[in-house]
Parts: sequence; structure tokens; C-alpha cells
Amino acid sequence: MSRTPAEEDTRQHWKDGIRVMLPLFPGVIPFGMIAGVVASDTGLDMLAGIGQSVIVYAGMSQIAATQLIGEAAPFFVIVMTGLIINLRLAMYSAALAEHVSALPLAKRWLVAYLMTDQSYALSALRYAARPEMTLAEKYAFYTGGAVLMWSVWLAATAAGYLLGNRIPPSWSLDFIVPLSFLALIVPAIRDRANATAALVGGSIAVLGWNLPFNLGLFLAALAGVLAGYTVETRALRKEEQK
Amino acid sequence: MSSEAILLAVIAIGIGTFVLRVSFIELAGRMPLPPRLSRALRFLPAAVLSAIILPAVLKLPDGTLDFTPTNPKIIAALVATLIAWRTKSSIFTIFGGMALFWLLNWLA
Repeated sequence: MSRTPAEEDTRQHWKDGIRVMLPLFPGVIPFGMIAGVVASDTGLDMLAGIGQSVIVYAGMSQIAATQLIGEAAPFFVIVMTGLIINLRLAMYSAALAEHVSALPLAKRWLVAYLMTDQSYALSALRYAARPEMTLAEKYAFYTGGAVLMWSVWLAATAAGYLLGNRIPPSWSLDFIVPLSFLALIVPAIRDRANATAALVGGSIAVLGWNLPFNLGLFLAALAGVLAGYTVETRALRKEEQK
Repeated sequence: MSSEAILLAVIAIGIGTFVLRVSFIELAGRMPLPPRLSRALRFLPAAVLSAIILPAVLKLPDGTLDFTPTNPKIIAALVATLIAWRTKSSIFTIFGGMALFWLLNWLA
């Protein structure tokens, strides 16, 4: 079967999406296994324990909700905590909107369902670096990495639930998560506005570390965005005055 | 909690999370996002990733934060930042940072 040049191109973007996602898995797999272990230790049955990786598909919120279930917290508190941790996804939704809102409904909803820190960050950085990408190419790049991420996450939680965590804690593989995010973001910080966003975001996250519902992360993201925007606006105004 | 109530909580979080994910993607199709908002959101990757990275680097297994400069995670993360900046390679950054972290732990 022969493919048209456009299809060949789209295929390349799909492969690229997979390629850039691969180095993140050594950090994702232990995290997914922990989510599975916590679920089985808390006594969740298989449907809720493994099924939450399909139904919720958001690691931090899955683990937090499971812990609250274990503590017999009220239903409302469990649900609200699970959702507040995921507030940052609405920011990702806003950021991805201009790139995907022209897709048909089913594809838009697939993009939304597969949205994670990783799939968002990889795509946002790629779209910014290559403004010439077409809608089909953007979708191919996003789903290439994101579908694989979903499968790996589900397999990792199922393995954690069924087998327990077989990765010795002394390996500290959880440290790969911040390292892989460093690898993504450091090369993308090329101006003062982005550096300020990173500095403010990181500092607020550290200061707000103890806030309930993991609110520190959301507030940090918000403050970092505002800081970057302010620095850029000031720089633009100075340019105009010259 | 009964297993039905647990499943119901999981489903409620799942639906709510999907609404958060789909929110602006659907809104933007009906009315364009304000240009200021989309300009501001270009700083989101730097802000949010840094907000995930820093506490994770400082975090100890007991959940407290450790700011001592000899914390192996701090040293490994600083070196990884340098590697990422100079090489722009995910593989070198992740495996370089991890190798140094293991080495420091082994030496300690």
C-alpha cells in the first residue's frame, strides 16, 4: 500500500511523539506501580483499583484519593481533593485549545482524555518550536506519545496492584520524574520572561508545599504564568518607548 | 466505605477531571480565547514544570523538604540542569543525573 507524501509526513510526527515520550517512562512506571500498590493496600477491589487508571487517569489525584479512601474521609472530601489536584489540567486545556479546537469532536475529546503533565508539556514545547505544523501533524505528534503513555500507565498500575512494587525503594527511581521534566524545560528557557516564570513557579511550589489538596502546585503555576507575562509586557513596553 | 461508594467516588473524580481537561478546548471552539490569555499561557510549561521539579528535588521520603546543599538530589539536579542546558538531550540529562545521584548515595 502506498502512502501520499502528506500521510508519510503525519506518520513521521506520530513517531516523533513516541520518540520524545520514551525517555520519560523510567519515571512514569514506578509512579504507576505505586498508584497500584496503594490501591491494593487500601483494599480497593480490582475494578476501582486498576479501573481508576482508565476512569481518572491522573496519577497524583489517584494516589491522593486512594489515601483518603483509606482514611475513611467523607465522600465529598475525597472527590473535591481528587479534583482540586487536577485543576492545572484546565490550564493545559486553555493552552492546547488553539492547537486542537479545529479537530472533530471525537478527536478533541481524545486529546482531552489523554491530557497529562507529560503529553501537555511535550506538545506545547514542540508546537511553540515549530509553528509551521499543520493540524493533522499536531494531532499525530500528540496522540503518538499520549496513547503510549496511557498504555504504559495502565500496565504499570495493574502490575503494581497485582504483583506489588517489585522495584527496590533504594533505587529511588521516583527521582527520574523531576530529572525528566528538567530535561524538557531547561532547553526551552531562552528568555528572561520564561526564566522568571520558572523561578516564581518553583519558589511558590516550595513555599506552598504544605497547602492542602496540593493547591500549592496550582497556585505556583498561576503565579509563574503571571510573573512571566508581566516581565514580557514590561519588556515590550520598553521596546515601544525606544 | 463500600466498594460501590468507592467506585462512585472514582467515577465522580473521573467525570470532573474530564470536564477540566475538555473545558477550554470546547470553549475555544465557540469563542476565541482572549489574546492576553494565550500570550500568558506560553509561560505555563516553564512555570508548572518548575513547580513540579523543585519540591520533588527537595522532598525526603518522610514528606518533609531538605534544603541542605549536600542533599544528593540537589547536587544531581544542578548537574542535570547543566547537562540539559549544554546538550539539550533528554537521555544524557536523565541518565547523567540518575548516575550521579546513585554515586553520591553510594559514597555517603
